[in-house]
Amino acid sequence: MRTVTVVGASLSGLHAARELRAQGFDGRLVIVGEEPHRPYDRPPLSKDFLIGRADEDRLALADADETAGLDAEWLLGVRARGLDPRGRGVLLGDGRTVSTDGVVIATGAAARRLPGPGPAGVHTLRTLDDARALRGELIRGPRRIVVIGGGFIGAETASSCARLGHAVTVVEAAPLPLVPQLGAEMAAVCAGLHRRGGVELITGTGVAALRGAATVTGVELTDGRTLPADVVIVGIGAVPDTAWLAGSTLALQDGVLCDEGCVTALPQVVAVGDVARAGGIRAEHWTSATEQPRAAVTNLLAGRTLATARTVPYFWSDQYDSRIQFAGRYREGDTVHLAEGEITDDGLPGESGFLARYARDGRTVAVLGVDRPRAFMRARRELQRARQPEVRRPEVRRPEVRRPEDRRPEGRRAEDGRSADGPSDDRQPPERQEAAPVGP
Amino acid sequence: MIPVCRLEDLPEGESVRIATTPPVAVFRTEGGELYAIDDTCAHQDASLSEGWLEGCLVECPLHAAAFDLRTGEPTCLPARRPVRTHRVTVEDGVVHVHLEAQEGTAA
Repeated sequence: MRTVTVVGASLSGLHAARELRAQGFDGRLVIVGEEPHRPYDRPPLSKDFLIGRADEDRLALADADETAGLDAEWLLGVRARGLDPRGRGVLLGDGRTVSTDGVVIATGAAARRLPGPGPAGVHTLRTLDDARALRGELIRGPRRIVVIGGGFIGAETASSCARLGHAVTVVEAAPLPLVPQLGAEMAAVCAGLHRRGGVELITGTGVAALRGAATVTGVELTDGRTLPADVVIVGIGAVPDTAWLAGSTLALQDGVLCDEGCVTALPQVVAVGDVARAGGIRAEHWTSATEQPRAAVTNLLAGRTLATARTVPYFWSDQYDSRIQFAGRYREGDTVHLAEGEITDDGLPGESGFLARYARDGRTVAVLGVDRPRAFMRARRELQRARQPEVRRPEVRRPEVRRPEDRRPEGRRAEDGRSADGPSDDRQPPERQEAAPVGP
Repeated sequence: MIPVCRLEDLPEGESVRIATTPPVAVFRTEGGELYAIDDTCAHQDASLSEGWLEGCLVECPLHAAAFDLRTGEPTCLPARRPVRTHRVTVEDGVVHVHLEAQEGTAA
């Protein structure tokens, strides 16, 4: 493999590039990014960046040394608009084509928008440019802010806006936000955080229309009310960026379909991060975006699925001075019980937080920690250990921090015990995803 | 030199955070050794004293960056910068941390 093209220059794309070099790929590495920026970290955008506690320098995911060490051709500010049927050419928005032997699809997801053109003052929060624009409005004095959507982005953004002294209302269409992620009981506790933070939460009503001609003046709800607003933030989820692959032979279904090793129907094309539906699951988690590339790159370089990226899903959210951490996967019908700490009579986390366990058939399948980081970490470890026997990752080398001068192929390193790598075995690799109908 | 706690109040495998500026995390490994490093993960705002201690490595509670307590060096991504290490002594049964001078201050 002489050329590998990574399409997407955010977290998972950068991690894929790191993995390629760490796993000994010394050919031409091309990184295509739609945004003009070098890879940056998105989680702080709705938090520290928005409240002015972290500037743009703090967001950078790679420093100059590491960037030089990757020895990549960066095509930034240019959008990929196609992948040829054999996966050997990436067509760019400016008309160029990058001829390539391998492709890592890491185009992520884009913020879902309300239909139709929005008046000024309506924002999404996904990219650095989004965050800059919103921050520009938030520092111009007190505003009436309506956040549409009570999910994690909506809640974090509302929390940051309240911190800055704005009057904030969150509108959620469901009876309670975050029920699919946390279940009703714990979702109710998290909903209480809005109240604790001085933010009004309106649930069970949708948005009928935005008011205002040139600039937004209000949000009309489906229950007939109109909320006055100077700024509206739309946090209604994200859509995987697969439109550019429409003419390819890859199977697309709310993401790029790939097997548990992130390999698509074309063995020299892998998908990682928010855009990848790996083994039937698309997780928009920071941790998935950093963990999948290791297996994906191993498989890309091998030309077949040797490694899988089946770790326990994990995400966290900081809002209203609370840290919410969740590992595992909740399903409707799981029972939840408080394992440590307390939930107050008002339905809020106690002073020293709490840990809740979700059980199914007598086994813990997920854990939630609110302001209980140590207990959460132990519980998350237990979940990972319970998962370990299922994980098969033969012949995978560990990535590590490298300086430009010591980049070279290297044998498997000794385990230090913190990786999810299971013992290698000699069983056949799993079958490739059946749902991807077209072969190379 | 900052007194932290009595040695017996810091069991093996545990850690304690001291609210200096910047804050410092003091660890007692399963092997009984004492180490102190800057508490804030070099990658993002997380407290390493809340991290997972395994041997001489501590894993950040947020992102799984790991640091070597002996050197402060990150052992894997996503952290790229080391955290500062501080000397630890035990005097009359009390754990003390000797803060390393801040970068840029006169020695």
